[in-house]
Amino acid sequence: VSELRIAVPRGALFADTLDLLDRLGIDTREVRENDRKLLFEACGIVTMRPSDVPTYVEAGAADLGITGKDVLMEQSEREVYELLDLGYGRCRMVLAGVAGEDRGAEALRRLGVVRIATKYPRIAARHFLETGRQAEIVEVKGSVELAPLTGLVEAIVDLTATGTTLRENGLVVREEIAVCTARLIANPVAHKLRASTIDGLLERVSAA
Amino acid sequence: MIDRIPSGTRDVLPDEMRELRTMTDRVRAVFESAGYGEVSTPALEYEGTFGRTDMAGSRPAYRVFDEQGNVLVLRPDMTIPIARLVATRYASAEPPLRFCYFAHAYRGVRPQRGQSREFLQAGVELVGASGADGTAEVLGVLCAALDAAGLETYRIGLGDASLYPSLLEALGVRAERRELILAELADGDFVGVEREVRELGLAPEDAGLLLRVPRTRGGAEVLAGLEGALHDALAGMRDVHALLTPEVAGRIIFDLGLVRSIGYYTGAVFQVYDPAYGVPLGSGGRYDELLGTFGRPLPAVGFALNVERLHIALTGEEKSPPSRARGTGR
Repeated sequence: VSELRIAVPRGALFADTLDLLDRLGIDTREVRENDRKLLFEACGIVTMRPSDVPTYVEAGAADLGITGKDVLMEQSEREVYELLDLGYGRCRMVLAGVAGEDRGAEALRRLGVVRIATKYPRIAARHFLETGRQAEIVEVKGSVELAPLTGLVEAIVDLTATGTTLRENGLVVREEIAVCTARLIANPVAHKLRASTIDGLLERVSAA
Repeated sequence: MIDRIPSGTRDVLPDEMRELRTMTDRVRAVFESAGYGEVSTPALEYEGTFGRTDMAGSRPAYRVFDEQGNVLVLRPDMTIPIARLVATRYASAEPPLRFCYFAHAYRGVRPQRGQSREFLQAGVELVGASGADGTAEVLGVLCAALDAAGLETYRIGLGDASLYPSLLEALGVRAERRELILAELADGDFVGVEREVRELGLAPEDAGLLLRVPRTRGGAEVLAGLEGALHDALAGMRDVHALLTPEVAGRIIFDLGLVRSIGYYTGAVFQVYDPAYGVPLGSGGRYDELLGTFGRPLPAVGFALNVERLHIALTGEEKSPPSRARGTGR
């Protein structure tokens, strides 16, 4: 049984994360071969949605975790340590709208409020607060691109890697809010109590 | 229609209450035998009492008006009420003064296990004992209380609230930059600390020092073999270490990156950890300036344990006996 339990995000960061763990000497073969299994005691890996990683790490159900900066920004109240920028999984958090005339700007000028659809309500709300504009945040769970096309909102705040999905739906980037990469996070108590083990792992990450 | 209770509060039923009572009785006996007399203060205080100092991290969350229109708050901790009590009830008493308390405090936290908006604290305050002697005494009482509660695998993280700020100052970092870096550190964002430190444009060895210090934690070896500003900044921690009994010293993790978000701490700060539970069980530290704001300038040190979290850690230790628990590192 491994000394540390690591929360690994399934999804876009999954492959790069397993490659990193391989380079650290953690055997991830069992994880790669099992699509449905979630808990791998032998190598100390638990797999989950990226947005669940801070939940497990904050509670100490996992000692370390890997997730995107977008998730950490959205859940900024979580009591976790952000130890390293792992560099991979690079994405941009952007404000985007339908190509052509800027409907968001028009709504702000004439109606005073712009409606924004997003899966990241807190990042979106903070961005508009910090830029001195009023926004109505509409939280959606599925394809955000649909919302401005149907007139539900004037613009969206979403994460984009290549911009392909935006382009295919006729949307253009209006503003960049943040650049997000994968981060290594730690439970604060584990960071104190398992200092040498965690520091050893960090050194191997920097060398890898 | 079911009558609910406010978010972040809960009812305690007899089985749990008996276990909590057993624990607090044992802890109270430790406090009393060490000379800390129990006090009780009102849960409601005037708002101004809590406005003397930077309370970031534990601002009063609940306010009510009394019949004359005064604003009253539910106390967010017991340290400030006891500072007020010392300045008013013991205005001319000869220090040192020792008090303990078992009292509920109230904060607007995000409710989850071990994180209630109304929570029971067990703590002590030692007023008028300055420097390492007072800190070492209180750490001894803390360990005795945790032993009495029945915890076996706990550790105490010991740091110094003035260490990193004075290091930044010694390296000539401007005040507003210092605030940014300290905010990232208090947030646990080491990536943010690194970004801010890199932007300072310091000499590589100075930048390296600023990045290394907050990550430095371990046994007494972290206090040795250092030179220059850092060696001087650690004098206080070395003095405390020299006064600890071997049993207490064996529980200590020296943690140069430990910072507390509550602004009144001036020197030693500490936190209680247990491998059976992922959040700190309690915390404390020196607050040498606080009593002066109440008109009785005396150095002081104290701690508060969260009784609910002690109980969670205790049940956690029962489930994974210390001998079988995953390695606790050092």
